[in-house]
Formats: sequence, C-alpha cells, structure tokens
Amino acid sequence: MSMEQMFSVAGSALSAQLTRLNATASNIANASNVASSSEEAYRGKRVVFRTLVENEMVGTETKFAGSVTVEGLVDDPSLPIRMYAPENPIANEDGYVFKSNVDEMEEMIELTAASRAYQSNIEVLSTAKQMMMRTLEVMKA
Amino acid sequence: MLEKLFGIHESALQLKAKRVEVLSQNIANADTPGYKARDIDFRDALRAELGYGSVTTTHQRHFPNLSGSHTNEVYRIPYNTSVDGNTVEIGLEQARFGKAASDYQATLDFLQGRVTSFKRALKGE
Repeated sequence: MSMEQMFSVAGSALSAQLTRLNATASNIANASNVASSSEEAYRGKRVVFRTLVENEMVGTETKFAGSVTVEGLVDDPSLPIRMYAPENPIANEDGYVFKSNVDEMEEMIELTAASRAYQSNIEVLSTAKQMMMRTLEVMKA
Repeated sequence: MLEKLFGIHESALQLKAKRVEVLSQNIANADTPGYKARDIDFRDALRAELGYGSVTTTHQRHFPNLSGSHTNEVYRIPYNTSVDGNTVEIGLEQARFGKAASDYQATLDFLQGRVTSFKRALKGE
C-alpha cells in the first residue's frame, strides 16, 4: 500500500540524514585534534547516500524502492595541516604536529544542510499522516 | 450502480496518492548522488487508468499489454544541474509536494461529497 511506502521512504531518509549529522558532529568535535604523523591525523568524514532501486527484505521488514541507505563513509582526501609546535608532547622529531583537515565552516554548512533535509522529511511524514487520517474519515461524512 | 458512485475520483485518488509518494521519494533522495528526480504525468496516467488511448487486443492470439498498470513515471528535467548528478531541486519539490497533497485532499472532498449525497438518498431526506 502506497501510504505505508511513504512512511518507510521518509523514515529511511531521516535515519540517513541522522547518520550525516553524526558524521558532521564527529568532524567538528575532532576539528582541532593533532597527531604526530600525517597518516594518524583525523580526516573529515563524509557520508555517501544511495537509493534503493528495488524493494529489499531486511528480516521481516521491507525496505521499499526509493528509500535512502547509507552506502558508506569516505575520508576527506585533502592533506592534514602541518604545524610547527615543538612544545607539543606528541610532536615528531622535527617538532611538527599534524592537525586534522576538517574545515569548520564547511562542517557548519553541512550541519545546516543536513538538519534542513531532516526537517523536510519530517514535513513529508506529517503530511502523509494527515492525508491518511483524512482518508479514514471520508466514510464518516 | 455502486461501482459508478465515485466515478473518475476513484482512479484519480489512487493516482494522486501515487504522485505524492513519488514526490516524497524525491525529497528523501535530495542528497543522494546520481539520483534522478521523477514525477507522474497525471494526464497520461489518468487516461491510461480509464482505458483511453491504451492498446487493446482484438484477437485471442494478440499479445496483451505487457506493461500492465504502468505508472507513467517520467524523469524531471532540472532547471539547474548539480555536480553529483542529482536532479532534485528541493524547493521546487517541496512546493510540488505541498500542491500534490492538497490535490489529494481536494479529491477526497469530492469523494466525501458523493458519500454524503448517497447517504442522504438512502435516508430519503
């Protein structure tokens, strides 16, 4: 039934956007982390979404076509920032530390975009609910 | 008589529900890379639903219309493209979703009108 599908699709988008919000929160929290080598430095995480093209059964629950799933997390490929800080206890032998490559500005935008998308889907859910309630009341007239 | 009670509104309601559903999928996939926004050509879909302009078989060995009740979904042509190949324009989709939802409620109102008058007829008012 189509209404049920709408709830499921909007719900999947909510959970996907929540994952994105989580990734952003983690990026902001780790924005000023430093490490002693370029490889160990924290790298910004981005969530990649994917659309389901067919209905999928997960346990007893059906994930409908058109739902959003999280395909995976990708690291920001840009290089960590090298800073000269010989007083830092984790600085390498040359006195450098490597700061995460997270750009706070970008993360704030990502945060706003994700929460707006979340709100849009909440709106879809509440409209779907209204439509369903109205439909149930037709025969009461 | 009863099957004619709702007339065109029965098919219309189903199609409008389908359209709202397709638009909700677009909103859900607003951030999915490569997703192509879709919509329903309501006019074509309703004509197909009512059997106008569809292919009919006139001989027992003719192949029936294999597409069945296909939904006339079409891809949307976006005003602006995006780098990740996604064609959902969220503001426009939200506006269309709002309109589609009220279109659905309008059809519900027509149905409700039919139900009310039918009940009145039964009561002999």
